[in-house]
Amino acid sequence: MTDPTPRLPGAERRAIIRDGLGVGIATGLYGASYGAVSVGAGLSVLQTCALSLLMFTGASQFAFIGAAAAGGAPLSGAVTALMLGTRNTLYGLKLAPLLAFRGWRRPAVAHLVLDESTAMSVTRDSGEAARVGFLSTGLAVFVFWNLFTFLGAIAGNLIGDPRTYGLDAAVGGAFLALLWPRLTEPRNRVIAVVAAAVALGVVPITAAGVPVLVAGGVALLAGLLGRGRTQAEEGTS
Amino acid sequence: MWWAILGAAAGCYLLKLAGLSIPARVLERPLVERIADLIPVALLAALVAVQVFARGTHLALDARAAGLGVAVVALLLRAPFLVVVIAAALTAALLRLVV
Repeated sequence: MTDPTPRLPGAERRAIIRDGLGVGIATGLYGASYGAVSVGAGLSVLQTCALSLLMFTGASQFAFIGAAAAGGAPLSGAVTALMLGTRNTLYGLKLAPLLAFRGWRRPAVAHLVLDESTAMSVTRDSGEAARVGFLSTGLAVFVFWNLFTFLGAIAGNLIGDPRTYGLDAAVGGAFLALLWPRLTEPRNRVIAVVAAAVALGVVPITAAGVPVLVAGGVALLAGLLGRGRTQAEEGTS
Repeated sequence: MWWAILGAAAGCYLLKLAGLSIPARVLERPLVERIADLIPVALLAALVAVQVFARGTHLALDARAAGLGVAVVALLLRAPFLVVVIAAALTAALLRLVV
């Protein structure tokens, strides 16, 4: 691209914004189940909404309330949420050269770095289209995610036990759906199976929330051992 | 609880901002890149396992496992995210209604 800011045709711009809105509404609906599960886990409506407004990254929020639901210390939930949040750092690295936001805009848009907004912008073929995709998706998800979180939390207080509606099973399904696209790589499949097995193995002997952190250690170890192997291979060749 | 919420939220925001701000070469080191790639995989896999098969500090096989099974089928059929989540919830809810 020779021109850094080519004008985007109106039709294409509208199409990108329409896609962003669609993703925002679909993701927002899922925010209703987050709201209901969160109050079921013992958080207040205010705490539930604060997480959606301020943390605003679904997997981390579910991990946080999951630890609370299992009776774990809030700290273990917070640490898991942060470790999952490192995903967004990687997205930011991919997005930074593409979006090229400078100055005050950078801290302003950082809150919108998500699975969805990244997916809807990294595939665009110009900086302008990427920015429109990122902003429309990010803002749409923000509005609908927070709106449906609130509605879900209110409904959750009314419907009582979220297990009656299978919402606890919905959380497992959601994590699996987030994991699924990463399982195309054989190395990731091995890591996923080992991490799941290790986590379940330590469930009976650790406090709630800790098994997931132990699994994070598996990733750390695998990364370090992987380096050892690469160096050995380099040494022999 | 509020301290955990506010602290984790602030941390998550800084992680997002860091990605947009730090020079790309820091993460281009193979070790950092590999570990950063593996951590979400390990955490998400562990969260699936714990959410579905743990109750407190016990392991349990219940309606949630059926929900996960249906979610796997839905994903194999390339169903969209929301369909996968709703299918898992419906399965568990119906099973609890019947059993």
